[in-house]
Amino acid sequence: MDYTPHTTEDIAEMLDTIGVDTIEDLFAPIPQNLRLGRRLRLGDPKSESEVYDQLYGLAALNTATDRLTCFAGGGAYDHYIPAAVRACAGRSEFMTSYTPYQPELSQGVLGAVFDFQSMICELTGMEISGSGLYDGAAAVNEAVHLASAATGRHKVVVSQAINPNYRKVMDSLGASLEYEFVTAPCENGTTDFGDVEGAAAVIISQPNFFGCLEDVGAAAERAHAAGALLIVHFDPLSVGLLESPGSLGADVVVGEGQCLGNDLNYGGPYLGIFATRLAHARRMPGRIVGATVDVHGKPGYVLTLQTREQHIRREKATSNVCTDQTLMAVTASVYLSWLGPQGIKELGERCVSLTHLAAELAGELPGCRVRFESPFFREFVLEVPGSAKEALSRLAASGYLAGPSLEMFPGMENCLLVAATERRTVAQVEQMVKSLGQVIA
Amino acid sequence: MSQNPSPAIEEGSIYDLSIPGRRASTVPTPDAGVPTAADVLPGGMLRSESPHLPEVSELDLVRHFTNLSRKNWSIEVGAYPLGSCTMKYNPKIHEQTAALPGFSRLHPWQPAEQAQGALALIWEMEQLLVEITGMARASFQPAAGAAGELTGLLVVRAYHKAQGGTPRDTVLIPDSAHGTNPATVRLAGYKVKQIPTDSRGLVDIETVRNAMDDNVAGLMLTNPNTLGLFEREIEEIAKAVHSKGGLLYYDGANLNAIVGVVRPGDMGFDVVHINMHKTFTTPHGGGGPGSGPVAVSSRLAPFLPSPIPGLDSETGRYFWEDLPQSVGRVHGFYGNFGMVVRAYTYLISLGADGLHNLSERAVLNANYLRTRLEGTYQTAHPGLCMHEFVLTARKFRKDYGIRAMDIAKRLIDKGFHPPTVYFPLVVEEAMMVEPTETESKQTLDALADAFLEIAAEAASDPDVLHEAPVRSPVGRLDEARAVRQLQTRWKPAEQQS
Repeated sequence: MDYTPHTTEDIAEMLDTIGVDTIEDLFAPIPQNLRLGRRLRLGDPKSESEVYDQLYGLAALNTATDRLTCFAGGGAYDHYIPAAVRACAGRSEFMTSYTPYQPELSQGVLGAVFDFQSMICELTGMEISGSGLYDGAAAVNEAVHLASAATGRHKVVVSQAINPNYRKVMDSLGASLEYEFVTAPCENGTTDFGDVEGAAAVIISQPNFFGCLEDVGAAAERAHAAGALLIVHFDPLSVGLLESPGSLGADVVVGEGQCLGNDLNYGGPYLGIFATRLAHARRMPGRIVGATVDVHGKPGYVLTLQTREQHIRREKATSNVCTDQTLMAVTASVYLSWLGPQGIKELGERCVSLTHLAAELAGELPGCRVRFESPFFREFVLEVPGSAKEALSRLAASGYLAGPSLEMFPGMENCLLVAATERRTVAQVEQMVKSLGQVIA
Repeated sequence: MSQNPSPAIEEGSIYDLSIPGRRASTVPTPDAGVPTAADVLPGGMLRSESPHLPEVSELDLVRHFTNLSRKNWSIEVGAYPLGSCTMKYNPKIHEQTAALPGFSRLHPWQPAEQAQGALALIWEMEQLLVEITGMARASFQPAAGAAGELTGLLVVRAYHKAQGGTPRDTVLIPDSAHGTNPATVRLAGYKVKQIPTDSRGLVDIETVRNAMDDNVAGLMLTNPNTLGLFEREIEEIAKAVHSKGGLLYYDGANLNAIVGVVRPGDMGFDVVHINMHKTFTTPHGGGGPGSGPVAVSSRLAPFLPSPIPGLDSETGRYFWEDLPQSVGRVHGFYGNFGMVVRAYTYLISLGADGLHNLSERAVLNANYLRTRLEGTYQTAHPGLCMHEFVLTARKFRKDYGIRAMDIAKRLIDKGFHPPTVYFPLVVEEAMMVEPTETESKQTLDALADAFLEIAAEAASDPDVLHEAPVRSPVGRLDEARAVRQLQTRWKPAEQQS
């Protein structure tokens, strides 16, 4: 099956119109000596049923969160995805369209992204949101570019308690540029800022990678006193309960939008959230949807501030991003409409309740303790006797997934994350802790 | 779209439907005796009022997004001959395989032991891409083409650094290149040097030779190029770049033309990125997600992003491995894995024969459509094209004051998505047409007829082109006003300008 519709007659007529004898003749510009001259070693074509069964078999080799009860966190969470979200965001008009370069034929995607931007502004406390970036890591990285351009500085103070993978991405992508990343340590669960003088930006995560809540207002004061911007990587589902980073003084708010109706997908496709103040609008990366009117005065949407972007500005563009994660932004738009102001509050309440119940119970297990005393939201660090990695592996064998283990942080080889979303129940929490007690005994 | 009846209510923002007290969500009710937020979180951190999200019923939101979707063109609505975008059919089976819970509910922090199926799929997919591109290894971390470009250039940089030679500071790019190329070059810490396109629409080998020196890290090329022409002197170009220690980068935007016919590795390329949302038909989602894996030759393989899959040949188990000379991590986790599942599904469905048909018929379709339009429209460069071709509306502008954009907008009224317009920049009044292999001769004939009717209208009734489109949900939109009166979020009616 190759999905091409050509009959033998079609091909003959088409070649005749073109004025060549064979399809092979159309490839004349390609020098013969460069050609492969054989079929690719790819196997024979397969029927759809064979393909499905093969993929089903591969999927079955994974022990995913359909088979393990998920208490894992660390930047990706097992929230429930409502049927209405899958139905709306899964519509093929959203799924099988290209970037809205022809706005007259793209009012659907543009309208859904405009709604997304509006809701992201509400959650972040910011004035302008983009249409989304690859993931949380990409969003943090783009925020560094913005802060450096806005301040003319290259030093960036990064909390140790941001997602360690994001920090690795910043180090990789910043290596060829002039940035100097300085780590602000996090000994007691929240970040201790040392010298932020001369920094372009201070970066914190709220809640941070350990689940703990940072003092965003104090971080903003500290950053602003040094003439730096405050970049906050936030959890979009935390602001049903917590003050928005923007209202506490953040200049750029970024985040991972996986939790807004997107599947775990082994890490992608996810959604990078990026919002800031209007003063920085022209330094933003990627696409932004704006409202306007058509020639008849009828309201409509277009991509706007495009002179920032690579297809216009080329090497002077604010970012190289082109294809982003629009469908995930549309999904988030539907999900947040479904959730509403009451739902986001209730969902946050339930995450807090179940996570704290898990902490209370697990903290009482012999040899275990909740590592940090700072308040936390949807996850916490649990110290276990011995290797956390081992404990997690044995816990999985009894049907529960927690983690990740925190051996990437020096001295935390005996620590792991435990997260609880609204999908978990009190009974599951109690059972998981009981199983954990058994596997570490 | 024009073939759908208009919804009774014009869709505004979902906020326009919001009524206080209405809701769609259901959240499990709290249990008695468990801690509450008020018990455990400091009062100062809690907000008094929930964020202002829309308050709508489930039916309200389903209608809103359904009606929005009906205002959107898509491959499943009609032909989408957008040049350089490869808008081919996205098979339905791909959505089913990607949605298998073993893939879609796999947590990214799960250890490799629990993700053997995912690792096996990534490993197998790497073998397929290596065979298709003629490279040695590949990484799936880049989430889109531009991310692939940046990763590829960082690999080039790491390679030169490891060679211990002179630091190189410049990358060559043809003036016909996609905008992501120069934008990426700067982000990788290099300067851009532009190479002009010659009268044949190709890179001039002498210009490349003259531009190459010890400071040039390499040349980024799309082949076939954005004019739809194969760079037939590619071997000479590769020699010129390699002889000065430079590397040759293949932008995979146009790979659809040559799969199974000629491989980037055999042309002399050292680094390749593949747009899986183009060639391997993962749905483009109105702008993304994509997937932009990078494949490299063996001398560059040690520098690929970490982690990368490994296979223990004794146990048959897969694991994640950090390469000591790696450029590091370029994605929060492992890239857009869900899109890799779709692309893998596609490649094993098609097999070698299907992939061969793919390129042959993509090129057949483009040449057929080009032949039907030539004579009425001018191609930027006459003769055979590969999978796409570029028309110029230069003559229409001179004779009738009709621009490429007018022709594009009129195509909307005729029931087609327009081609890419005003790109590549080296062609005046450019219209870049890529039909793809999944369109039938009958559809191509209808599209050609529409183009030809528009050409006649340009002479007889130019106003109908200036006023187009009239059959779309909105007419031409005022982009200048969108910038001048910037409104990028919903505001209550009384606050709107």
